[in-house]
Amino acid sequence: MNIKDRILEIVPEAQFAEQGDLTATIPAESFHALAERLKNDKDTQFDFLLSLTGMDWGETLGVVYHLESTVYGHTIVLKTMTADREKPELASVTDLWRAAEFNEREVFDFFGIRFINNSDMRRLYLREDWVGYPLRKDYDDSLNPLRMTNEVTEDTTEELSVDEEGNLVNKTNVLFEDKEYVVNIGPQHPATHGVLRFRTSLEGETIKKIEPYCGYIHRGIEKMNESLTYPQTLALTDRLDYLGAHQNRHAVCMCVEKAMGVEVSERVQYIRTIMDELQRIDSHLLFYSCACMDLGGLTAFFYGFRDREKILDIFEATTGGRLIQNYNTIGGVQADIHPDFVKDIKEFIAYLRPILKEYHDIFTGNIIVHQRMKGVGVLTREDAISFGATGGTGRASGWACDTRKRKPYAMYGKVDFKEIVYNEGDCFARYMVRMDEILESMKIIEQLIDNIPAGDYQVKMKPIIRVPEGNYFASVEASRGEFGVFIESHGDKFPYRMKYRSTGLPLVSAIDTITRGAKIADLIAIGATLDYVVPDIDR
Amino acid sequence: MFDFSIVSSWIHGLLTGFMPEGLAIFLECVVIGVCIMLMYAVLAIVLIYMERKVCAFFQCRLGPNRVGKYGLMQVFADVFKMLIKEIITLKNSDRLLYNLAPYMVILASILSFACLPINKGMEIINFNIGVFFLMAASSIGVVGILLAGWSSNNKFTLIGAMRSGAQIISYELSVGLSILTMVVLTGTMSFSEIVEGQADGWNIFKGHIPAVIAFIVYLIAGNAETNRGPFDLPEAESELTAGYHTEYSGMHFGFFYLAEYLNLFIVSGVAATVFLGGWMPFHVSGLDGFNAIMDFIPGFVWFFAKAFFVVFLLMWIKWTFPRLRIDQILKLEWKFLVPISMFNLLLMVLIVVFGLHF
Amino acid sequence: MEIKKPKIKSMQYEDFQDNEYLEKMVAELNAEGTNVLLGKLDDLINWGRSNSLWPLTFATSCCGIEFMALGAARYDMARFGFEVARASPRQADMIMVCGTITDRMAPVLKRLYDQMPDPKYVVAVGGCAVSGGPFKKSYHVVNGVDQIMPVDVYIPGCPPRPEAFYYGMMQLQRKVKLEKFFGGVNRKEKEEK
Repeated sequence: MNIKDRILEIVPEAQFAEQGDLTATIPAESFHALAERLKNDKDTQFDFLLSLTGMDWGETLGVVYHLESTVYGHTIVLKTMTADREKPELASVTDLWRAAEFNEREVFDFFGIRFINNSDMRRLYLREDWVGYPLRKDYDDSLNPLRMTNEVTEDTTEELSVDEEGNLVNKTNVLFEDKEYVVNIGPQHPATHGVLRFRTSLEGETIKKIEPYCGYIHRGIEKMNESLTYPQTLALTDRLDYLGAHQNRHAVCMCVEKAMGVEVSERVQYIRTIMDELQRIDSHLLFYSCACMDLGGLTAFFYGFRDREKILDIFEATTGGRLIQNYNTIGGVQADIHPDFVKDIKEFIAYLRPILKEYHDIFTGNIIVHQRMKGVGVLTREDAISFGATGGTGRASGWACDTRKRKPYAMYGKVDFKEIVYNEGDCFARYMVRMDEILESMKIIEQLIDNIPAGDYQVKMKPIIRVPEGNYFASVEASRGEFGVFIESHGDKFPYRMKYRSTGLPLVSAIDTITRGAKIADLIAIGATLDYVVPDIDR
Repeated sequence: MFDFSIVSSWIHGLLTGFMPEGLAIFLECVVIGVCIMLMYAVLAIVLIYMERKVCAFFQCRLGPNRVGKYGLMQVFADVFKMLIKEIITLKNSDRLLYNLAPYMVILASILSFACLPINKGMEIINFNIGVFFLMAASSIGVVGILLAGWSSNNKFTLIGAMRSGAQIISYELSVGLSILTMVVLTGTMSFSEIVEGQADGWNIFKGHIPAVIAFIVYLIAGNAETNRGPFDLPEAESELTAGYHTEYSGMHFGFFYLAEYLNLFIVSGVAATVFLGGWMPFHVSGLDGFNAIMDFIPGFVWFFAKAFFVVFLLMWIKWTFPRLRIDQILKLEWKFLVPISMFNLLLMVLIVVFGLHF
Repeated sequence: MEIKKPKIKSMQYEDFQDNEYLEKMVAELNAEGTNVLLGKLDDLINWGRSNSLWPLTFATSCCGIEFMALGAARYDMARFGFEVARASPRQADMIMVCGTITDRMAPVLKRLYDQMPDPKYVVAVGGCAVSGGPFKKSYHVVNGVDQIMPVDVYIPGCPPRPEAFYYGMMQLQRKVKLEKFFGGVNRKEKEEK
């Protein structure tokens, strides 16, 4: 079954571009029908919306969709656009993929495109009183000085819907009624793992509805990337999900190397894989520490951090950084590994194995923990796929979404490790997935650590890096999920558009679904086990 | 054994020598009041320091060690700082209740503290229904917490205060039942008589099975009473910022902070008095030589040693377990602890009636 | 008139930088001389205040993780007495702004700062809080926390090492030790060059 033929069958006017990834340009009127067919047809079943990117092409504004099928594994990139820059309107796909809910709000926020039938058409990251759309090429920043007035939060939202005659009307949807008991959690809050704001409607101790408000750490990285050269954009990638610093940079370097056709040496592949896995262990240890702290077992927090410091020592010896590493570069890595690298890692693995048993003794076996985490915050498999909640969360709901197995990169195709999948989808399953993944990561490192081949640690690249024209997408399995990089290049030394597929945004958009009917204390347990990092959500 | 009533009767004799009886008693009351406050403050400081060091050692780190040798002056620095912080008055709070709440909590705390016998003859409030009075006085603390949460005009504090109120009121039942069990065993409600009655062996050994069960239930329930340990949901800082005392600053907050640690001490002190013998040394009936040696160590040393041992147990529990959710806390109380305590009471009654205790 | 030198355990006065700033501050504060009794009381209270600075738990991004590592077992800021990190601004003494401050977060931060009781201190940690850091050119980032509130100590780094944190905290302690409590606490809006 050829996807290109199937698309041409449904929409004969589709045009295909082959530079980079195969992209189909679909006219706006037939887009929704095509998307529905692609999702529901038995032999295509594109049920996973990987990434939804807004674009400004000068005369037209549009959206790029990356779709994937969890059943067959095939992928396709779709593009649609509108020439109306004053009031751009496109069809929404929130009825097909729930991941689109927040992503379309993001596109509205940055480009001004309104989506028809999206029930919540508010800005996502910027203040309600922000003027203009920042990621458009003709954006004027002087319209938005620093406003120190308090933001007024509205309790209603707008929807652009189609009425019986087929006309577009503005409808108002209510978020919170007047007599609901609405409590504000965050943005400064010890347990939201960063600056995220939740408005929660409570009934006694039970949660009726949660509205997340993002954007308190929105640093405008994507807009900044459009005026930085490719090596300069690498400087900011570590700061996205700082607990996946190596992995983020790996994704960007992989994408640019794929676009330019550069092959890195095997030594570099080994080193990148080992560093990624160490970073994963580091991130999961921090997850363990913070989950225990949020649930009240403060002692385990200190134990987890104590062991994490050992990994940071190994990182610091080679890369010079504890948290922000600046290690991967386009074509290789920044510097060769430290002479004690192999020995230190072997010692560390030998040290950590028995310590993990200790962790399970203190925390996992405790009856209080079982009561607080088992059966709490269930996310079903269909919801996980629909939201695009990858990473430990998706695997705990029964969806085998590990990028290292689906689209192997670096050395992952050649090492033997298990993909940890649990089926209950509750907090305890999410917790156990990550604890077991630490063991798998150690197994991968053990297979690679003794056989690092000799070679160059950096391929000779031209001083100015220009990526050929086209659309490119690459993704890695970061500590929290599938981290993707989408680059559209017009042949320049700056990217025309560089978008990061966030690992945390699907998790936050799923919070409302997961916490309906739970107690406030459960919200904390759910937030701790979902394990999102807010700068990754806000970029 | 060193009997403090020698000292107190000497002072009384001295004072009545040159002033009328009423004035002498008044002066003594003032002095005792000042002593209680001082002891309260000193104990709080010791407890805060102990908590920080003990929790540090559990967590594989050092704890305060720069301010004075071994960090001994750390809490004094904290106290100085707290004294001079600005007390912010909120615009829309209920002024009277907001200012009253910390004082109610401290009042309840000091009244309960005054009931504990520290040495032979060294009791401040001592009458024949001491146990009853203690439980009534410690219940006043709930009022303070609810007032604090309500008058702060803040949704979070209200939730925190409601949770705390529900929790404390529920656990009073278990506390009462377990102490009642021991009252059945000793036959008296007066604290000094309970301690005197343990001269031939501590209650926990005399009462064997039901006493041990009552001790465990009391520890759990007492822990919940003080909002500590696995039951600290009302002030869980990772949930509701700081719970019912979020809006308090400066010395008002200092009162809540001190009262929390003193309540911990009071719970331990009552456990030490009722179950472990109070200021009574460790006697084994029959070994007179051993008992005479034990008697050399003065009563207050025994009392504080036992109380601090129980404090250490409670701190250990706090730093090991994660916290329970509010409905799990209430379920634990109503579905498990109360039936067990009631059954235990019945068991103790049977044992006393048939004389099956030591 | 001799300059009072603040003592920090295990580090010499000469090893610190920025001594001229402190000396200038002392000279200004003590320009009219000081009462002996009040001066001694000042010393006692300042000793208490400098050894018991409770931070507000406020971390927006990467520097927050280093702040947590500072409280953890290897670096252990409890030794200094700082580990009591209060979650409520009304009970905190200082706010360590760890992480980038964006335009949306700025009013929230200002409100938190206003809610803190006096005497309060602000420490700007990390490149982003000092001046905008790597994100200086962004449309949504405030270029340094001192645009919205007065800052006492700047700790540069991206992220600063825990040892750098300690150096900044000790500088803050030295500053607190020299303040004149009776008669006004010294505040400065922007560092005079």
